[in-house]
Amino acid sequence: MTTLIAQSGPVIPNFGGGGSNSCVRENRTFCWDWFTSHWSSNFQPHLVEHIVLTAIAVSVGFVIAMVAALFAYRRNWFEQPFTIATGILYTIPSLALFQILVPITGLTRLTAEIALVSYTLLIIFRNILTGLREVPEDVREAARGMGLTRNQILWRVELPIAVPAIVAGVRIATVTVISLATVAAIVGVNQGLGVPILDAIPTTFNTEFIAAAVLTIALALVADALLVGAQRVLTPWARGRAAYR
Amino acid sequence: MNDFVDAFKFMGDNLSLLLNRTVDHLLLSGAAIGVSLLIALPLGFWLGHLHRASFLAINVSNIGRALPSLAVIAIGISIFGLGFLNSMVALVVLAVPIILTNAYVAVDGVDDDVVEAARGMGMRPVQVLGRVELPLAIPLTFAGIRTAVVYVIATATLAAIAGSGGLGEIIYNQASYGLPGVLAASFWVAALALLADLLLAALQRAVIPRGLRPVRHADAAVAPPDALRSSEVAA
Repeated sequence: MTTLIAQSGPVIPNFGGGGSNSCVRENRTFCWDWFTSHWSSNFQPHLVEHIVLTAIAVSVGFVIAMVAALFAYRRNWFEQPFTIATGILYTIPSLALFQILVPITGLTRLTAEIALVSYTLLIIFRNILTGLREVPEDVREAARGMGLTRNQILWRVELPIAVPAIVAGVRIATVTVISLATVAAIVGVNQGLGVPILDAIPTTFNTEFIAAAVLTIALALVADALLVGAQRVLTPWARGRAAYR
Repeated sequence: MNDFVDAFKFMGDNLSLLLNRTVDHLLLSGAAIGVSLLIALPLGFWLGHLHRASFLAINVSNIGRALPSLAVIAIGISIFGLGFLNSMVALVVLAVPIILTNAYVAVDGVDDDVVEAARGMGMRPVQVLGRVELPLAIPLTFAGIRTAVVYVIATATLAAIAGSGGLGEIIYNQASYGLPGVLAASFWVAALALLADLLLAALQRAVIPRGLRPVRHADAAVAPPDALRSSEVAA
């Protein structure tokens, strides 16, 4: 990125705090001083809200998807209707879904969470179910031969073997939710890193755009890395072997 | 609930507005998909054929998924300013990883024995790619394109914030269109995305080479283990 040409038209307004700063006045690519002086009042609280939004959405989505997947694992007929229903939710553009929920649940965190949870369901459900089904038949046979009951096989054998697939689903869901949570701010749910992005749009103030965008991307990468770490902890037997492939 | 009734009334009263915006929406999406295909397909096929750069080709999609669409659009505003170009570039940036990874995985994953047999029959590398690897790669590649198209249509709504028009502009402009208008456009774009997905699903069935049809291709079944990932991305 080279120096940016300020938009013709309105003069860049005073962004507060650093108005006398020439970097801010000229709207250069990134004004580090402005960022640090607005960290605790602007970015930090929105980052924390973003993490909370994501954590709640992924947790709730995981519980629902897990219950649904375990049910579908026992009763095959349930898979198709659940896949179709969550697939429809998944295809609806996020902005539209948030907007449609606003008249029902208002400009609350609940609105954001309902939409975000609905995007996690298909991904996690499908991965749990695939993971359970891909457990080798020999392993199941051996567990049965050892006298384990059906539920014991599920909890002690099948689910642990399915962990990599399940974590893969949770990773995708988490990163997706982090990305989509920025959209909540657009419909007026005043939470998350979408707020500074939205603030910066009328003024095209680069520092605020870039700071919020980079924080969102960094959050996604960190969350993804943490989940990979969690998978390693949960599957000690896979260490030393290639985790994938 | 009255808001929803009014939203459907709005659709009836403003059909031409909605249709015009739909055309804009599809033009933007179509342009972005076209450019993405031109970039991603040759690169993905070529890398897959050579079995090279798997780390790059697969991780590009992981990073691509981590890119929040609104953030990409926002950064685009600071580079390209407001308008069609910014939105299109942002959409291309978001669509290329999906198409690239699927094209790569599709060609890379073609059974080695089949490729070996083709070579044994005296096919040149170009023929192996064109007559053997590409036809076998169609299902998974097309799954990637389908995902990307739905994603782009959804994200084009978001991109209206950068002044690219389309249905998103109505959603952003509650001051002019009121809540019924905003809701009407929301339902409209949701229907558009679902319709595009259904059409592509039908097309996907049609483009699968005859020799591959008896086998059912679940998207997840062909992807590599790390890609117990769904091949889909929401926007």
